[in-house]
Amino acid sequence: MRVALFLTCVNDTLYPDTGRAVVKLLTRLGVEVDFPMAQTCCGQAHYNTGYRHEAEPLARHFSDVFGAYEAIVTPSGSCGAMVRELYPRMGERARAEGRGDTLAATLAPVVPKTYELTEFLVDVLGVTDVGAYYPHTVTYHPTCHGLRSLGLGDRPRRLLRAVKGLELRELPGADECCGFGGTFAVKNPDVSAAMGADKVRNAESTGADVLCAADNSCLMHIGGTMTRLSTDMRPVHIAEILANTEGEPSA
Amino acid sequence: MSGTFVGMPAFPEAAREAVDNPILRGNLRHATHTIRAKRAVAVSELDDWAALREAGKQIKDHTLRHLDHYLVRLEESVTAAGGVVHWAVDADEANRIVVELVRATGESEVVKVKSMATQEIGLNEALEAAGVHAYETDLAELIVQLGKDRPSHILVPAIHRNRGEIRDIFAREMGEWGRPAPEGLTDTPAELAEAARLHLREKFLRAKVGVSGANFMVAETGTLMVVESEGNGRMCLTLPETLISVVGIEKIVPTWRDLEVFLQTLPRSSTAERMNPYTSMWTGTTDEDGPRTFHLVLIDNGRTDTLADEVGRQALRCIRCSACLNVCPVYERAGGHAYGSVYPGPIGAILSPQLRGTAGAVDASLPYASSLCGACYEVCPVAIDIPEVLVHLRERVVEGGPTTREGNRVVLKPAKGHAAERAAMRAARWVFSRPGALGAGQRLASRTRRFHPRSMPGPGRAWSASRDLPRLPAEPFRDWWRRTDGGKETEAK
Ligand code: SF4
Repeated sequence: MRVALFLTCVNDTLYPDTGRAVVKLLTRLGVEVDFPMAQTCCGQAHYNTGYRHEAEPLARHFSDVFGAYEAIVTPSGSCGAMVRELYPRMGERARAEGRGDTLAATLAPVVPKTYELTEFLVDVLGVTDVGAYYPHTVTYHPTCHGLRSLGLGDRPRRLLRAVKGLELRELPGADECCGFGGTFAVKNPDVSAAMGADKVRNAESTGADVLCAADNSCLMHIGGTMTRLSTDMRPVHIAEILANTEGEPSA
Repeated sequence: MSGTFVGMPAFPEAAREAVDNPILRGNLRHATHTIRAKRAVAVSELDDWAALREAGKQIKDHTLRHLDHYLVRLEESVTAAGGVVHWAVDADEANRIVVELVRATGESEVVKVKSMATQEIGLNEALEAAGVHAYETDLAELIVQLGKDRPSHILVPAIHRNRGEIRDIFAREMGEWGRPAPEGLTDTPAELAEAARLHLREKFLRAKVGVSGANFMVAETGTLMVVESEGNGRMCLTLPETLISVVGIEKIVPTWRDLEVFLQTLPRSSTAERMNPYTSMWTGTTDEDGPRTFHLVLIDNGRTDTLADEVGRQALRCIRCSACLNVCPVYERAGGHAYGSVYPGPIGAILSPQLRGTAGAVDASLPYASSLCGACYEVCPVAIDIPEVLVHLRERVVEGGPTTREGNRVVLKPAKGHAAERAAMRAARWVFSRPGALGAGQRLASRTRRFHPRSMPGPGRAWSASRDLPRLPAEPFRDWWRRTDGGKETEAK
């Protein structure tokens, strides 16, 4: 099977290790991965901040770049939700504004083919044990868009439980937002920071070494709060855990 | 809406105060976590919850689609049952009508059933200005009134107060308003409740005029309904000679049968009870039972404007259960006052900017008072997609566009103060539309990464005041991919 990796602009620029981990993991599972060089950004930050009309060309660009692939895999619940949940809505809004079906028709092909990584592993490849080894105590934070927009459910936890050497600890208040929320973190810094600090304190209470999530944006916020609060925990993307093996440990 | 909140700072500043207040945060955290856990249990007891939620949504949407029809129907039924219907286009008109009605009775005090609509229009203040004392009889509302405070929660207006604070308010203020608090009042719930009971009883027995809202109005029969937990509302609805109900026009359901749905979803969502302790209904007037005169004041106050917006109109489905407040992580930290409106929390963040328009600083900030985590949508018993409306209203703030104000179609200009952001979004879109430019930018950033600070200047400062920025990697992914042919070539640089 050949898939396109949609890495997201944040991962590409700030977290290339996550991308390398996804490539390593999928290749190990027999999937041929392509990275279309023309990819940029799904437009979520624009859309969610209220710049729908600025987001539209980015969505169209996404469809141009990825439309021909059989499947599109992304290690970000929130960018996955943008494509799957909000692209159809953008099409509907354009129609309601009397601009016809063009946008909806352009975006339609990518919508059902876009998968968040853990969803792709469990639902499409049908695996929960990906042959990983990770000798650490880990607590898992289900990010809001993964949890509520995509309905990832217990897929990430099932994958983590199958990792050799990994001890999974339940995170108190797991379902509560970490306070990132894209531009929310900048527009409402005090509330956002308070939410982040509570998330970190809950994570600390588990005594785990690692807090893991399926979205680097949330991990950036949580991790930035961790260093500020001088916590010993590390934020790690789930792809980097799943890519890790005994023979070939990741960086 | 009410003038009470004029001059409030915008949400981010107002929220900072609450975030910095450990007592307030403790009170809010305790109360919201307790009720949200109970709600989850009460909801999980019903195996047809999803169907009830869908039914509630459908009934409300149908009613809103034919609102003109059901309003006329309601007026006919209420009139036939001996009531008088009045129409108020805005808060001022509604207040004028109520003041006139009270004046006509010759009374100078009224007892009130807890009501969001009368708070929305600032009725207590309007009555006070006309020389009429309005006494709140709901316990939490009484605490707020005596404390010269503002409500901070739809259902539990005094959620931000703890028992010690309530004791102090009672001991200090009750005497000013009527029967004083007993000597040596402690902060045990039983003693506080008894003090309130004695204080209120005096008011119930004396009052000739009652003022209420309504949770629902049944168009087919002209019946109004209030659900409550304490029974104080029932006293106000039955003892006075004149009853004036002030209700938003969206509160209609077509038939009695429709109540079956909401009488299940409302109590479980709001107080986590299977049924409301008190459900009172009244239909016009009845000889020798209850009030002899009944007036219904129907208020628009921005509702038909909201109805004209195809994305935002779903906010009118709201049955004011407050479940969205109790699960909202932003409400939990910011408290109700920060929302600058009688409707706080997620529903307030979408309802207030629609009812009042987005021109004011508070209203322009409310659509951003959310991380879009979606918890509110998940619990809403009438499935209002609050995140969807928030984003829609953000668009109205930053991009402008067509909307309806006071019945007129207008085209809004983008709000001031977003120029820098708009420019940044345009620039980002420009870069993101050109993969080559994105790659070049990333490369430049990586090469200069030794010079990058971990905090940011300008608007980014807010971020880095409490969080460290991540370090930039030596090489963006796309360069690694190109250099190693997707990891196939040697890793050595
Ligand atoms: S928006 Fe929904 S959850 Fe919130 S108060 Fe209204 S009905 Fe309840």
